[in-house]
Amino acid sequence: MNVLEVKNLNVKIDNDSIIQDVSFNVEQGEVLAIIGPNGAGKTTLFKALLGLLPYNGEIHWAPNMRIGYAPQRLEVEKHIPLTVEEFLKLQPKTITNQKIDEILKFIQLDKKILKMGLGEVSLGQRQRLLIGWTLLGDPDILLFDEPTANVDIYGQESIYKVLAHLQEKLKITVILISHELNVIYQYASKVMCLNHQNICMGKPEEILNDETLHNLYGEPKKFYRHEHQ
Amino acid sequence: METHFLLVLITAIFVSISASLLGSFVVLKRMSLVGDALSHVALPGLAIGILLHFDPFIGAFIFLFMAITGIWFLKYRTRVPIDALVGIFFTSSLALGVLLIPQQDLLEAMFGDISTITISQSIISIIFSLILLVAILIIYKKLALNMVSDELSHSVGIDNKKLDFVYLFIFAVAVAIGIRFVGALLMGALVIIPAASAKNVSKSLSEFMVWSVVFGVISAISGTYLSYTLNLTPGPLFILSGALIFVLSSVFRWLKFV
Repeated sequence: MNVLEVKNLNVKIDNDSIIQDVSFNVEQGEVLAIIGPNGAGKTTLFKALLGLLPYNGEIHWAPNMRIGYAPQRLEVEKHIPLTVEEFLKLQPKTITNQKIDEILKFIQLDKKILKMGLGEVSLGQRQRLLIGWTLLGDPDILLFDEPTANVDIYGQESIYKVLAHLQEKLKITVILISHELNVIYQYASKVMCLNHQNICMGKPEEILNDETLHNLYGEPKKFYRHEHQ
Repeated sequence: METHFLLVLITAIFVSISASLLGSFVVLKRMSLVGDALSHVALPGLAIGILLHFDPFIGAFIFLFMAITGIWFLKYRTRVPIDALVGIFFTSSLALGVLLIPQQDLLEAMFGDISTITISQSIISIIFSLILLVAILIIYKKLALNMVSDELSHSVGIDNKKLDFVYLFIFAVAVAIGIRFVGALLMGALVIIPAASAKNVSKSLSEFMVWSVVFGVISAISGTYLSYTLNLTPGPLFILSGALIFVLSSVFRWLKFV
């Protein structure tokens, strides 16, 4: 079953054509990874999907889909008077403490973090909290915009563990923007190469080879597989 | 004299509760300067009320309403950066108001005076303050989420534009009822100072909102009390009490981080 159908999508920002004639479908339970160079329109595509930007073409979500969205980063002031716990409870529905405990286990953070200020936690922790926040809304589909950008290597590792866990346990449909080809190889069921247009689409093993990556990034980009255990 | 003092005091407390609670969101939204300039728009409205002999506060509200609609429109319908425009347009309306208001009413319009308040005016102020208080408490979670990230709030189905309009509308009503107390020039300070002080001592949103209200109420009580004992206009005394609390809270913060 398709949970999302996009047909002939065009998005312009200040007369610049950022997304040109992009069409694709996402099936229930799938993990679609979107790859492409910087400025290729990946984040713009997400914003159009969420209705944050005007577009031409068709975007059809399956009825009553709850969409969870984790933006690339959450810019908050260091001394913002808002604790992590309060942030998690800003979900529109009532969030019980038990539910928060479950989510914290899931994103592998200690309960102590709840009393800390949202601006005080590290970027990696904040990124995981962002994932946790979206999960608290019981989403049917998650949109992740480069969940590991600006996060150090150890933070990245744990964020991807969370993603893998998410996929195994909750079977949630995920659309993911990422540059981490190894991660995509391991977790994604489908890959879309975006450079303003939908250049290629298919299973990771079909897409992630030197030739398509060369076409996409415009320069030789070697892809070395290394297997995570 | 005694009952009148109580009337003034109770009204001042209610008005500052709603103003300071609103202020916590004005400060969080980093709209302090816009908010301060916005409150000046009330002045030409007061002037027209005085000149045409209807309640000046209705005039103030009408002008504030036009101003917030203008800000909202600029923000969502154009790509014009609003800060500079707000500064220019609203300060000009302050200048216009100063010219229009008859000389003998000018001081009161600029700096407020609640010592002359009647019972019915007082009841109206209290009712409106309570309405604002309830309205803010109903939408505060949405406001907070919108301030953390408008993308997150959009993704959970919050209409950011509508929310922003409701917030600006609350602002306009709060300024219109607060102007009687501190005047068009000092109103922004009544909204912002308690919240700025509260931010110095709070780590969580709930602490922040509570301290903001507590500081607002302390300023109102001490300002009213001082104005009666020293026989001075209460408006500036409200603001100075608030400023003193801000200095103390900054010292507290400084000690905490040393």
